[in-house]
Amino acid sequence: MKLRRNSEFPADSKVRRDSEFAADLKVRPDFPLLANNPGLHYLDSAATSQKPRVVLDALRDFYETANANPHRGAYSLSVRATECYHQSRIRIAQFLGVADSDCLIFTRGTTEGLNLVAGSWGMANVSSGDEIVVTAMDHHANFVPWQVLAMRRGAKFRVCELTPDGKIDLEFLSGLLNKRTKIVAFSHVSNALGTINPIAEIARLVREKTDAILVCDGAQSAPHFPVSFDSLGVDFYAFSGHKMLGPMGIGGLIGKREMLEEMPPYQTGGDMIEFVHDDRTTWNVLPHKFEAGTPNAANAVGLAAAVEYLDGIGMDRVRAHERALMSEAQQRLAAIEGLHIYGPPASERSGVLSFTLGDVHPHDLATILDGEGVCIRAGHHCAQPLMRRLDVPATARASFYVYNDESDIEALVAGILKAREIFGYAPV
Amino acid sequence: MPQPRSAAEIGALYQEMILDHYRRPRNKGTLEKADASVEMKNPLCGDEIGLQVAFDGDCVCDLRFSGRGCSISQASASMMTQLVKGKTTEEIDAIRKQFRELMLGNASAADDPQLGQLRALSGVSRFPARVKCALLAWNALESALGERS
Repeated sequence: MKLRRNSEFPADSKVRRDSEFAADLKVRPDFPLLANNPGLHYLDSAATSQKPRVVLDALRDFYETANANPHRGAYSLSVRATECYHQSRIRIAQFLGVADSDCLIFTRGTTEGLNLVAGSWGMANVSSGDEIVVTAMDHHANFVPWQVLAMRRGAKFRVCELTPDGKIDLEFLSGLLNKRTKIVAFSHVSNALGTINPIAEIARLVREKTDAILVCDGAQSAPHFPVSFDSLGVDFYAFSGHKMLGPMGIGGLIGKREMLEEMPPYQTGGDMIEFVHDDRTTWNVLPHKFEAGTPNAANAVGLAAAVEYLDGIGMDRVRAHERALMSEAQQRLAAIEGLHIYGPPASERSGVLSFTLGDVHPHDLATILDGEGVCIRAGHHCAQPLMRRLDVPATARASFYVYNDESDIEALVAGILKAREIFGYAPV
Repeated sequence: MPQPRSAAEIGALYQEMILDHYRRPRNKGTLEKADASVEMKNPLCGDEIGLQVAFDGDCVCDLRFSGRGCSISQASASMMTQLVKGKTTEEIDAIRKQFRELMLGNASAADDPQLGQLRALSGVSRFPARVKCALLAWNALESALGERS
């Protein structure tokens, strides 16, 4: 299926509704890197977000007042470190709608969370002849682990195609599902197109036709709108802290207790054990069973500060702000001759806008935009199967977050026009 | 915090000659009979190049490139094919090393007449993220020459 280039967006009622949303957050001063660089227009938050001062302060505070190895010492400083780590888990679980916070396993990020499910649940439950389904829009992190698992277990690896406007083709998905389907993995939001996938509909389809587990890549949803794991209808949900104002190197995997309890450990070592004998070892309880070694307690504390900050704004307002920016950006960019936008209309996407400009290669575009202080991503966005279907080697991608405002869109448009000036106009 | 690029640096990068080679690449296509064929990819950006070389004794008598990529990678490949055609592998090796110096920002390389039009790419050295684009074709050529020896 070749995806359609979509540069025209009719002024239908859905699009008009966007005028109800206002890009009225004024939080840029809270972000030291942005506050210190007034000319910088950071439009690459889908790759990683900037960090507010409260997060940086929380990291420093942990190291200055609570640093010790959690779960290890009998002394009170270690107890304090343990308590900080424990409370961070509870706070982040609350933010993501997880009542049972022991079901939130800290990981390095989404990638590790997905690999954990593939390596543990997958290796234990998938066998020859079984089937694993992913979608053509998935990030390599939610594609390759399943492909490798399928190869290891002799299972069939099946890729769900997309509709021409860059959504999961539900009819195609339905056709892929059967009683041999063991795992269905998909992204809540596409990192390359911004498509928000209909998670409830996907879950209903999968439950109806299979006994498969549902694994959701939440890297691009947890930062951008309210997510409540307990009512999502999926079995596993992985996310990254650094995309939601938290530090790099911390994220999580949320799973259903009965599944996590049955799963074998992912990595082994300290902290995840109960008793170690010469001939056997028993495992610690959740969440420790999946957290071998010294945990990244400081970054967990930093991430807890990040979700506290996001809750302070309110996730509904975060979404409204991005939606207003997206609507504005989409209209402004669509008006540029030779510019093609990929993916669904503004109302059905998060703050991610993927585009190409005539025959100007996205890398050249990104370099010229850099000259205007505008940071965008150019490349395949770790989604080569999707790029192949778009029939482009790369796209340019602008992505928005709480600290962006209309001046960033102005700078983006000015930079694109500058690229047009340097390259001239050669339609493709 | 690195400063954004100046307009002058951007201008130096995207010279008319580079855009001309990007839009009208020379020696693009395939050879009917090649002595060495190489395919290379830049996994970071998905750009790819195919290079075919025909030899006459110690000389590169003909070569063609294929694939797609940014203006820097395409212009570099196009100019490279023009410059090395008819040269001995030893001469090409010297040019290749000198081009690498140019990409590292070595000022003397920018004045070296043996680099010919390739000197138009001197602005790339100010953009470390783009040096790999300019070197892609040259890495393919090095591999093709190695394949033969």
